[in-house]
Amino acid sequence: MKAVTLKNITKTYDKGKVLAVDDVTLQIDRGELFGLIGPDGAGKTSVFRILTTVLLADKGSASVDGFDVVKDYQSIRRRIGYMPGKFSLYQDLTVKENLGFFATLFGTTIEENYALIKDIYEQIEPFKNRRAGKLSGGMKQKLALCCALIHKPEVLFLDEPTTGVDAVSRREFWEMLKRLKQQGITILVSTPYMDEAVLCERIALMQNGKIMSVNTPQHIIATYPVPLYAVKSGNIYKLLNDLRKSELVESSFAFGEYLHVTLKNNDAAGAGNLRNHIAAQGHTNIEVSVMAPTIEDSFIRLTNKKQGSFAQA
Amino acid sequence: MKVLGYILQKEFLQIFRDRSILAMMFAMPTIQLIIIPLAMNFDVKNIDVVVVDNDHSSLSQKFISKIGASGYFRYVNAEPSYREALRYIENGSADLVMEIPAGLERNLVREGLQKVSLSVDGINGTKAALGAAYLNAVIADFNKSLPLNSTGGTAQKNVQPVIDITSSNWFNPLAEYKYYIVPGVLVLLLTLIGGFISALNIVKEKESGTIEQINVSPVKKWEFIVGKLVPFWVIAMIVFSIGLAVTRLVYGISPQGNIGVLYLFAAVYLIALLGFGLLISTYSNNQLQAMFIAYFFMMIFMLMSGLFTSVESMPAWAKMIANLTPITHFIKVVRMIVLKGSGFADIRLEFFYMILFAIALNGWAIWNYRKTS
Repeated sequence: MKAVTLKNITKTYDKGKVLAVDDVTLQIDRGELFGLIGPDGAGKTSVFRILTTVLLADKGSASVDGFDVVKDYQSIRRRIGYMPGKFSLYQDLTVKENLGFFATLFGTTIEENYALIKDIYEQIEPFKNRRAGKLSGGMKQKLALCCALIHKPEVLFLDEPTTGVDAVSRREFWEMLKRLKQQGITILVSTPYMDEAVLCERIALMQNGKIMSVNTPQHIIATYPVPLYAVKSGNIYKLLNDLRKSELVESSFAFGEYLHVTLKNNDAAGAGNLRNHIAAQGHTNIEVSVMAPTIEDSFIRLTNKKQGSFAQA
Repeated sequence: MKVLGYILQKEFLQIFRDRSILAMMFAMPTIQLIIIPLAMNFDVKNIDVVVVDNDHSSLSQKFISKIGASGYFRYVNAEPSYREALRYIENGSADLVMEIPAGLERNLVREGLQKVSLSVDGINGTKAALGAAYLNAVIADFNKSLPLNSTGGTAQKNVQPVIDITSSNWFNPLAEYKYYIVPGVLVLLLTLIGGFISALNIVKEKESGTIEQINVSPVKKWEFIVGKLVPFWVIAMIVFSIGLAVTRLVYGISPQGNIGVLYLFAAVYLIALLGFGLLISTYSNNQLQAMFIAYFFMMIFMLMSGLFTSVESMPAWAKMIANLTPITHFIKVVRMIVLKGSGFADIRLEFFYMILFAIALNGWAIWNYRKTS
């Protein structure tokens, strides 16, 4: 039995005017650390809310831990942990009171499942008598995770848990998720950060309510169909404009200090041709090298393919 | 059931944590109940009168002093002409101009008849109407005491038989306004407190997103709603008790009827009222919206509940609206029990209405609070 299944789920808002989730079918295995990757507005939160039984889909069916999200919503609510994107614990209650309250709602106690949250809770324990509203961002997030875990859920839903969190805390957070996965909990996490995608076992790339690709991050990177070049010159802005106008170039996007470029003609002479072409435009300090694609490159390529063109956006 | 206990525990914890709101909930009705009825007084006193005496006779002097002695009127000035006297009304320093025509005494003696003109400032309608009525009564009284009338003037030989009406006010013998208004204000304050805090509470959970966490938990709808209702019900009952104590200590009004019946009715009324607050909060998305919706209804409750004006004299459509608001029935019942000493049998129908309100409003609120949207 799969931990989570979605079958042809469609959800619209404003009486069908806004299409949030478009015919999504997805299966997530037990004990998997699964990532839902996509930009803001891709429909990630809607999928989460449907799976956590607080939103009804227009069409399609979904199940969590073998229970239907409509018929058996009560059973699902007992078996899942949900951490919404926005901090949503009682700000006027202390750390300990919040944790205690959510434990009792599920008919358990902090002591009973302490082992599960020990690693995380120990970090916020010095502040256990502080009101949740007075915690720092990273602390709040750890507390929210503790509250979502305190009843030992089968499936854990984390909606953009690392949005607005500093780089160190983000890394720590993913370490925590890996440890939780070892306890056998299925984790479904969404994030707009492409660099976090590689930390998941499998990912689904989502855009405009549709899932474009589901696979391991490694496989998605490995199946990038064409050579990708990292290009740089003295005037990077002019270079970007020149490349987008060029006959040779299929796509060109700025990534940090380099441009990631694919060519229309993918033969062995590609890099050389590209370098000559750039030099002919009067650029100096030119660097051209073949690079390994990232998830983000795959994402952009898939997005553009979906839109039916490599529009020079 | 155990879950309900934990929710209640949490709600009370939150209420006691916010000390300023807690203090407000108790201090506001206490202070306002002491201040408002003292200030709000419909007994008309101190009607400012300007007199134009064109007669300057001993009779007109007597007449003027008679008016002054009644205790309701205050002399502003005496003016030689009507036009100058009217200026006092124009600039707001007088409510009434009384003009005594020249030859008052002479005409009364000769013809047994004279006319006195009253000009009343109609801007403050109540004061004007009551002032004119008082003055008429004083004039009528004066009329009777005139020796020439009783001994028979030249024109009026026989004393007209007169039906003399004397009235007495039951349940409020001195017709004191406070007996009428204090129980009403108590109900109003209780309604404001209960209505607003319950209306704002669930919305607060919506705003902070905490409702999302509750929604994905196994907590049932009714457990959540009852968990919200009970703490405010307890607080409102305490506020009601404090209000009754203030009524007793400050105004010396103690319920004539059975206090148990009063509490029973208050208990059901509060369930209805809190249900109404919850209903508002299920329809609004943030505290500002809830505040405005609650305010809209509170104004209607306040002005159409029969607190200030009698429901019976409203137009039919307004009477219907008034009867559809729970507060109308509660004000009526509180006045009946506190002033009249009515027992349960007298308020049975009202009690039945209130139970209907409680069921309808809470049922609606629970129905509309969907955990799955």
